[in-house]
Amino acid sequence: MGILDKHHVLEKNITLLSIFAFLVVTIGGLVQIAPLFWLENTIEDVEGMRPYTPLELTGRDIYVREGCYVCHSQMIRPMRDEVERYGHYSLAAESKYDHPFQWGSKRTGPDLARVGGRYSDEWHVDHLRDPQAVVPESVMPKYGFLENRIIDAKYIEDRLKTDRFVGVPYTDEMVENAAADFRAQSDPDSDYDGLLERYGDKVQVRNFDGAAGISEADALIAYLQMLGTLVDFSTFTPVASR
Amino acid sequence: MAKQPKKQLPDDPDTTGHEWDGIQEFNNPLPRWWLWTLYATIVWAVIYSIAYPAWPGISSATAGVMGWSTRANVANDIAAAEAANADINARLAEVELTEISADPELSGYATSAGAAVFKTWCAQCHGSGAAGAKGYPNLLDNDWLWGGDIEAIHATVKHGIRNEEDGDARYSEMPAFGEMLEKEELSAVTNYVISLSGTPQDPAQVEAGQTVFMDNCASCHGDEGLGDRDQGAPNLADAIWLYGGDYDTVLQTVTYSRYGVMPPWSTRLTEAEIRAVSSYVHQLGGGE
Repeated sequence: MGILDKHHVLEKNITLLSIFAFLVVTIGGLVQIAPLFWLENTIEDVEGMRPYTPLELTGRDIYVREGCYVCHSQMIRPMRDEVERYGHYSLAAESKYDHPFQWGSKRTGPDLARVGGRYSDEWHVDHLRDPQAVVPESVMPKYGFLENRIIDAKYIEDRLKTDRFVGVPYTDEMVENAAADFRAQSDPDSDYDGLLERYGDKVQVRNFDGAAGISEADALIAYLQMLGTLVDFSTFTPVASR
Repeated sequence: MAKQPKKQLPDDPDTTGHEWDGIQEFNNPLPRWWLWTLYATIVWAVIYSIAYPAWPGISSATAGVMGWSTRANVANDIAAAEAANADINARLAEVELTEISADPELSGYATSAGAAVFKTWCAQCHGSGAAGAKGYPNLLDNDWLWGGDIEAIHATVKHGIRNEEDGDARYSEMPAFGEMLEKEELSAVTNYVISLSGTPQDPAQVEAGQTVFMDNCASCHGDEGLGDRDQGAPNLADAIWLYGGDYDTVLQTVTYSRYGVMPPWSTRLTEAEIRAVSSYVHQLGGGE
């Protein structure tokens, strides 16, 4: 009659059972989740990562709003076939400024983790307007209306502050200039030096949808064209132990 | 809490003490096979967590005694696949382009490898069956803008078209005639261009359009509109249209011009991959 035979006590008292069940789940959670916050191999720091520019962040919000993650993943798994099709496997650090992350769990369409620079802006415009015009077998719905929805930078400062609140390292300068950066990125004729200074030289400045005004399509394409391009994999050496 | 009731028969196991309306519950032990399976999984979990990365520590988790690593595994898989194809890839990258088709082993490999490259990198614009789309050329027919022999295809794939990244990119730019011609002239020349491939148009318009064509278009597209591959000027007399052959589309093309872009693939694919996909496209049906 050891301690193992005492389970009757727990099983016959709902309060005790609740307390012990909670303890067991807590231990399991601590062992599985807590180490992720301090183990070095789960918080790999990778050169090139930067917070999203205001325009990209807006595009990302549109991506989330339209539920793109329902059909598109953003997670290239470390397997040869995935790497050959989509490019270098995704690193944890590449989603570190994602709130929420867009890894997804289903691929009705292709993975988009490295779609940046893979197609031209014109292709994206054609494709959003009518996916079947360029990919006849596609089942993607049409998103041409994005081109007609002109957006402004009214709330972008608050948006950056919100992300900063949850840990994205937006500086005061980035927040102050959010609206200006938002407009500069889609206007190659503007003075966008400040934008590049704050977010790096690799920020792409173009009129993404080829039409006047900043539309939701501009923001979404700016986001898509940046996806997966921040880390330079010609110089990145993966540490095998991670 | 019910008191331990009496056994009904001498061989009955103990009861749990539960009783509802006279129905009692036997307290049978768990089946042996089930219990041993449970113990086996516990032992397995211990072995597994020693063999593979598992237990968190201060700065890292235990690495496991098997030396297992996701990243090393995928790197090994890729290296193994590359090593397996290294010889034939090296041969493919070296050989004269025109000799690929004569070598059954090489052309077989190039066609299969090229099909994979095509589906990964080219299908989004040219279609998974290479039939193209509006603005993206069909690669199955024998109408070529820049030439359809293996060397021309290879150059197009390698350097791309009208891109800014590659200095050797194929480049041509049709003027936007909307800025240079009158409305009537645009309309006339559109009618003439459509008539070239045998679609009857208003004879007066066609005649007027011919004059406009000879003055403005023939220098690139040729007197008969047969095009010029050296300049990437399309053949206008073959009823094959990249953007569409109806009046409105042709008028739009003449008025605003077109500027289709293809990226240079030398920055993303190896020479062997470029040659493979060139061979694949070449053997699709229209290769010259």
